[in-house]
Amino acid sequence: MPPRTRTNASPRPSGAPRRAATSGAAPAPRRAATTTPVERTTLGNGLRVVVSPDRTSPVVAVAVYYDVGMRSEPQGRTGFAHLFEHLMFQGSASLGKTEHFTNVQGSGGTLNGSTHVDYTNYYEVLPSAATELALFLEADRMRSVALTQENLDNQIAVVQNEIRVNVLNRPYGGFPWLSLPPVLFDQFANSHNGYGDFVDLESSTLDDAQQFFDRYYAPGNAVLTVVGDVDPAEVFRWVEHHFGDIPARDVPARPEFGEPHPTSERRETVHDRLAPAPAVALGWRTPDPADLPGFLPHLVLTEVLTDGDAGRLQQRMILRDRSVTSIGGYIGLLGDPLDARDPTPLLVEVHHPDETPLETVLSTVDEEIARVAADGLAPGELDRTVARLVSRYYRELDPVLGRATTLSVFEQQRGRAELVDELPELLRTVSPSAVQEAAASLRPDNRAVLELRPGGGA
Amino acid sequence: MSSPLARPVPSLARQRPLRLPTVQEVVLDNGLRVLAVRRPGVPLAEVRLRIPFAGPAGKRQAAHTARATLLGETLLLGTDRRDAAQIAVDLQGLGASLSASTDSDRLALGGSVLVSGLPAFLGLLGEVLTSASYPKREVAGERDRLVQELAIYRSQAGVVAREALLQRLYGSHPYGRDLPTAEEVEQVKADKVRQLHAERVVPQGSLLVVVGDLTPAKAVGLVESALGAWTATADARTLPPLPEPPAGPALLVDRPGAVQTTLRAAAPAPSRSEPDSAAFVLANLVFGGYFSSRWVANIREDKGYTYSPHAVVEHPPAGSRLVLSADVSTPTTAAAVVETWWELGRVATQAVGQEELDQARRYAVGSLALGTSSQAGLAGTLTQLATAGLGVEWLREQPARLAKVTVDDVLAAASRYLAPRRLTTVLVGDAEQVLEPVRGVLDVETA
Repeated sequence: MPPRTRTNASPRPSGAPRRAATSGAAPAPRRAATTTPVERTTLGNGLRVVVSPDRTSPVVAVAVYYDVGMRSEPQGRTGFAHLFEHLMFQGSASLGKTEHFTNVQGSGGTLNGSTHVDYTNYYEVLPSAATELALFLEADRMRSVALTQENLDNQIAVVQNEIRVNVLNRPYGGFPWLSLPPVLFDQFANSHNGYGDFVDLESSTLDDAQQFFDRYYAPGNAVLTVVGDVDPAEVFRWVEHHFGDIPARDVPARPEFGEPHPTSERRETVHDRLAPAPAVALGWRTPDPADLPGFLPHLVLTEVLTDGDAGRLQQRMILRDRSVTSIGGYIGLLGDPLDARDPTPLLVEVHHPDETPLETVLSTVDEEIARVAADGLAPGELDRTVARLVSRYYRELDPVLGRATTLSVFEQQRGRAELVDELPELLRTVSPSAVQEAAASLRPDNRAVLELRPGGGA
Repeated sequence: MSSPLARPVPSLARQRPLRLPTVQEVVLDNGLRVLAVRRPGVPLAEVRLRIPFAGPAGKRQAAHTARATLLGETLLLGTDRRDAAQIAVDLQGLGASLSASTDSDRLALGGSVLVSGLPAFLGLLGEVLTSASYPKREVAGERDRLVQELAIYRSQAGVVAREALLQRLYGSHPYGRDLPTAEEVEQVKADKVRQLHAERVVPQGSLLVVVGDLTPAKAVGLVESALGAWTATADARTLPPLPEPPAGPALLVDRPGAVQTTLRAAAPAPSRSEPDSAAFVLANLVFGGYFSSRWVANIREDKGYTYSPHAVVEHPPAGSRLVLSADVSTPTTAAAVVETWWELGRVATQAVGQEELDQARRYAVGSLALGTSSQAGLAGTLTQLATAGLGVEWLREQPARLAKVTVDDVLAAASRYLAPRRLTTVLVGDAEQVLEPVRGVLDVETA
């Protein structure tokens, strides 16, 4: 269907929490408005399990989150975490090629997986009669993924076509999620192309795959989450039955990915022969997301600046100055602010016509950020910003899969699935002065600027 | 696959039946049809409004499309009481999102809101519907922005292919072009948008769906008090019937240097109400309608020609269609065409396997439960059904319709709808590299 939509909530690359308000007629609830049950256990082999029953609809989400992502792939093997994700669908001891798909879909379900900077996930949403089947399928590949040269060659070709359709044959493809990290970050782990260089992909071997699996796909390095129309006691029995005898393996210590913040402005230019108009991405480092109270003001600030037509940048540059085409702002390369560990960027992406010079875009963004830093927020601005952030967060929690995602990441990265119900209140306690301080930390001299110029370039 | 480590796959448990929601339906005095459903979970309400918006056929169609597109862009940029910035800020304060868009059939407004803010949200919606002001400055600004956005949009191969495909399928019918050109947009003045609003933004024939954490009676009451004063009227306008799709060669649109060829093909398909609809749905699933289909197994999982081939059934009101999409690497273009046409021919001429059919059937039944298990999913499903003249009972009855479909029914539907020569085909790719190889396997002409 045609995509032309005017919306007052800014488009994001993916599911960032959005929010709700109290200016005017809608008093936001002060108590937790959702009560998400959390039952958990840890198996003898270290697998952590979270179950959250909800009998509203006869459906269930089953998700496995492995604590390995694009940051962990070695030099010379860019794109390997994602390629390996594809291999996990190619069969296991009890299942031939395509049987993982046919078992899930043939029971009425859907499935997918995705690779992020800090994790790789696999999930199914199914009629609840298929709960045990889904657990079996996940256990079988965790125990005994079947890696063959034929499937590796096939999936290298598939991944290359994925990169062609999303990056190489697409205007603004990979902008800025693939092109900004090398400007903002120095360490290979943080700066490299996580979709992968074609040479690296083609030189990947079965040995690489087996080693990656042995090292990172240990049961102790995963969180299994089940949300929906289930009896938790029954789920725990099934989990013990299907996963319990997967041998424990060492869980790799997570490497130190941290690096210093930029101390001067960094600028690069990319040329995009398919793009008809210029664009620019600005990137700053956020505080370490592990410290939520220190991090959330940056999340609120991002919304103050860019939450649709209510955002300060949109109100200034689109509604007032009429100088740019579109503005987006988000935290996390994939717009997943609460899914990534440190270091992670705060990004502002602006598409503008030739008539508006890059320097005008930059100086206007700087001016608006400096205004927040100097004058703070207007009366009611914080409440309404948080109102929409909370509302958007609820909307993501409503489907069983969205809840499974949130529970899994909170459990894996913070050991606290219960944050699922606590986050709205944490957002409401962000103070205006903290948002002001966050704005003061976004300076021209500690950011990365990636300019995209249309055409092939010199 | 036999492995010494293989374990038996658990069988499915007995499925708890899908409990369908109680839908309260009323038609307000002003003619607006309202559907309301309670769906607790998160403290939100989902709202969908659909206003028939088909343009005239013929010469005035292009001007209508340009005005309608700009109307969608500017509807939320001012009323007699609030300016654009205020509307945006007020919606944000309600924890609401609201968007507007138009297509060949309708103006669609949709959004969600913290349920505590639903009265104010509906009030704002009513204000927009009855007093949108289309300020000259905002219309001029959005006109420029729309021209910029259309240029960006049309730089995508998939959009080029889609526009060429619609044009080829429907010609001068309003479905033949659903986006305006930059030149057409540049000619639209604010008064023309205002006039279009006055003529077409009316409650008679429109549909409002509310799904959320409140009782249907409460929701209907809120809608009644917020939108009761919306009383404009208009003559109903119906679209002309669709033309017969043209036979003839595939169209190749040159995209020099493209590393992939964007393949799109379409054919008329049965609507949800037609007797062979269920059989067709299952035939298409077996062919290419889900990941576990023959087409995906062939050109992706066996040969690696592409990432995400899919065959989707779309139901615009004037006539349903099947659309095949695959972005295939440039050197494999001709081979991908051969395999695609072979799979179509195979499903159209040879009976599918019983287990293959049963698997597709279970998927189709499961999709009904999955698609209605969230507030947004339920709102979307009810809206789609209602605009097709179907009620929630369609969901209740669909499993039985699917259950009755036999292997013979699938063959009959596939031979009627999926035979390869029925397709209208567009390729967007590097002509220098793909024209000759493709010409060897398919009648093709260049744009």
